[in-house]
Amino acid sequence: MSVTTTTSTMAPPAAKPVSKADFVSGQDVRWCPGCGDYAILAQVQKTMADLQFPRENVVFISGIGCSSRFPYYMNTYGFHSIHGRAPTLATGLKIARPELSVWVVTGDGDGLSIGGNHLVHTIRRNVDLKILLFNNQIYGLTKGQYSPTSEQGKKTKSTPFGTIDYPISPLCVALGVEGTFVARTTDTDLKHMAMVLERAARHKGTAFVEIYQNCVIFNDGAFKGITEKSVRPEHALFLEHGRPMLFGKDGTRGIRLDGVHPEVVQTAGGKTDGLCVHDERAAEPTLAYMLSRMRNPDYPVPFGVFRAIERPTYDGMLLDQENQATAKLGAGDLQKLLKGPETWEVK
Amino acid sequence: MSNVTQTHSGKKLHKLEKVAVRFAGDSGDGMQLVGGKFTETTAICGNDFATLPDFPAEIRAPTGSLPGVSGFQIHFSSHDIYTPGDAPDVLIAMNPAALKVNLKDLPENGIIVLNQDAFSDTNLKKAGYTSNPLEDGSLKRFRVYPVPVGRLNAEALSKLGLPKKDAERCKNFFALGLIYWMFDRPLDSTIGWIKDKFKKVPGIADANEAALKAGYFYGETTELIPEHYEIPQARVAPGLYRKISGNEAAALGFVAAAQLAGKQLFYGSYPITPASDILHELAIHKNLGVRTFQAEDEIAAIGATIGAAFGGALALTGTSGPGVALKSEAIGLAVMTELPLVIVNVQRGGPSTGLPTKTEQADLLQAMYGRNGECPMIIVAPATPGECFHMAIEAARLAVKYMGPVMFLSDGFLANSAEPWQVPRVEDLPRIDVHHPTVEGHFQPYLRNPETLARPWALPGTPGLEHRIGGLEKEDGSGNVSYDAENHQHMIHTRAAKVAGAAKDIPPAKVAGPDHGELLLVGWGGTYGALRAAAEEARAKGKSVAHLHLRHLNPFPANLGDVLTNYKRVLVAELNCGQLLSMIRAKYLIDAKGLNKVKGKPFQVVEVLRGIEEAMR
Ligand code: SF4
Repeated sequence: MSVTTTTSTMAPPAAKPVSKADFVSGQDVRWCPGCGDYAILAQVQKTMADLQFPRENVVFISGIGCSSRFPYYMNTYGFHSIHGRAPTLATGLKIARPELSVWVVTGDGDGLSIGGNHLVHTIRRNVDLKILLFNNQIYGLTKGQYSPTSEQGKKTKSTPFGTIDYPISPLCVALGVEGTFVARTTDTDLKHMAMVLERAARHKGTAFVEIYQNCVIFNDGAFKGITEKSVRPEHALFLEHGRPMLFGKDGTRGIRLDGVHPEVVQTAGGKTDGLCVHDERAAEPTLAYMLSRMRNPDYPVPFGVFRAIERPTYDGMLLDQENQATAKLGAGDLQKLLKGPETWEVK
Repeated sequence: MSNVTQTHSGKKLHKLEKVAVRFAGDSGDGMQLVGGKFTETTAICGNDFATLPDFPAEIRAPTGSLPGVSGFQIHFSSHDIYTPGDAPDVLIAMNPAALKVNLKDLPENGIIVLNQDAFSDTNLKKAGYTSNPLEDGSLKRFRVYPVPVGRLNAEALSKLGLPKKDAERCKNFFALGLIYWMFDRPLDSTIGWIKDKFKKVPGIADANEAALKAGYFYGETTELIPEHYEIPQARVAPGLYRKISGNEAAALGFVAAAQLAGKQLFYGSYPITPASDILHELAIHKNLGVRTFQAEDEIAAIGATIGAAFGGALALTGTSGPGVALKSEAIGLAVMTELPLVIVNVQRGGPSTGLPTKTEQADLLQAMYGRNGECPMIIVAPATPGECFHMAIEAARLAVKYMGPVMFLSDGFLANSAEPWQVPRVEDLPRIDVHHPTVEGHFQPYLRNPETLARPWALPGTPGLEHRIGGLEKEDGSGNVSYDAENHQHMIHTRAAKVAGAAKDIPPAKVAGPDHGELLLVGWGGTYGALRAAAEEARAKGKSVAHLHLRHLNPFPANLGDVLTNYKRVLVAELNCGQLLSMIRAKYLIDAKGLNKVKGKPFQVVEVLRGIEEAMR
């Protein structure tokens, strides 16, 4: 009756070798031509094949929005649920079936607006799920209203005079609730995305990945000034654990701490003395949080793994409690339970 | 009606058939606790009984105030009884507020045992008395026994050296001891409980035991109370019995259902009155394969439940009406994805936050229609606390067999009310058949069982059955997303036909009383006892009245239409403004009438009897 007790995200490798094509479902992909979602889909399929995930043990769960069509295109188990609620279904599934590899695909509207509550609590609990949040800073499926990550002043159909909302930062939220794996990548850098996805897949606990995703129709070029190849070196900072934070052409600039504030400095002749060294494993999320606050134009935008720490997972601890209770009390006896603490006999 | 013997203390012992006792005091006075202990002892004495706790919505309203009064009524008898009693024969009032709140329910010549020490000027003022009812003659119509509970209790415990405050806390046990004497009950079960409960603080255990005994001996020795009562054992079917409340029974029923289905039980819930006790009960049973999840909100609770159902657990969520309102979109998802789960609604007074601790039956139409789109679901409703157990198994059976959500409509009365319950033998319980496909090949997630119209329950982890489901309309068979007009209508009809078809699979409607006649009294849910007792009394008065209590509300039993036409009049009694009534009128086109009450309280037998008589006039 009870299911297996492994808490590993990494399902045992597939019995028969699987290729990327095995993860492609037969369904017609209905995203707009040129949408950033295509690149993400292809990379996820490739990562699954690279890691030899058995298709039957993988479940993709989504909410509502353009990104949430994702499960239909994965030849795994999938669930296209309701707006904002994917993390809840994923949590229930993971509790019932801890041995499955459960992935949540969400967007900036689905995950941070209508589903914000579930997102923070899921990350806080450290349920062993992989959450991919496609951030395009707009509502695509409902045709172009501003989203919680849209920059202030943005003119959209619902904000003809510009938004007056202050935007939310997905990574600040994830770190604020002490996410154990928090990363950012972009649809325009497949190599980087592959690295981040693989790291996420191997993480035990909630892996939260923000993916900058271009919506060609309603918010084209939202990240152009950061992620396009020509400007990337000057405007993006690629984090590597244990390495000084360098960016700019030929690493000519770096990040230094001035008290509790980051500052951009010129590095003289490749010297890295005094620069901030990235530590994704720091027990305190303070440095990671500082990085998540950095944005253009004052700072380069960081990409990579901000935080990756080990901490017991919700599903793991649940099983531990179950095992402890069984060890202490023995396997439950239904008849005894029905009798309860006090009975009397009528003759 | 009573015969009298003389006991060794020289006092008269009257034999009574039945009696209703109400304990009332401040919510901090421990009335629920002594009520519960009295019930356990009554059970062990072999009486039939029914109980009704009545607690305030606030955890601690100001001490001594009217809103802070907490009550517990037990009706016990030497023959079958169905309700906690319309009115108490004996009222134990621990302070003026408790007296004031409950006095109106007491019949003339009823007995009042009151804690005289609590009738201070301050307390009288807090309760809104301008003069002391002990002195102003306003209690003339009753038999009043004022007992200085506070003082006597303090004296009894004086040698134990307890801090004053701790000693005072024991006064509820003093009162309980006195009532035990009054009804000739043994103390040993309660003493055993006290010893166990306070084994880590022996000082407190000793004090409570001393208080209990002091109360008992006070009754036996003082002149104040001249008589006491004996209620002989009831003649009930032989077997092993325990006391059970509706929430306990529901929780155990779902644990049993999971075992009968060979499944893990998943319970996703968010705390809400009066359903939380189900979560508390289930959270204990980790060694029985029960996995509980306290979610961040009501939506997350059902979302997780749907996820667990997709994973193959016997999945359950529990809440009350406001929670169901929040869950309604997700219930629609469960209808659309055709996954088995049970939603427990322990109904309370509404709308909105309403009366959280009071009972009502006003969520039936919410269960029927409270979702967007054509969104039918199976609805069951237990009739008694003990029946919550069997209806939980029934709800699980229907969910799994017909692959869809099932609403289990309990209510605040059933949830907290307790009765004796014959412990079922596990081997006598019905198995629940579950089938998960494993065949590889071209898998069609919406290919239906031609008989039940249920789709297969294919579980993640099964090689070859990888498939995607979701809230968008599905093509029948393949389960692919479909916007096709004909398919949509076909699927709407199919989902409805699947639910309607369950009528073939549920017991026929069975009346108590004549199978043809003047009037059929129809009810559902926790009003069973009052309706049954009222119908019996009406028949005893020579009236042709039958009683039908529905356990399946959607679909109705297949023979319901025929049964209804066997009576000249149909009277539907429910604690709402006529919800079942409107369903019956709409479906069967009969001129049924309603007997309705929406006061947050159960029906009294007399109210139903009056309703029957008026309807027959
Ligand atoms: S609307 Fe934007 S996000 Fe949606 S599919 Fe089209 S391009 Fe992609």
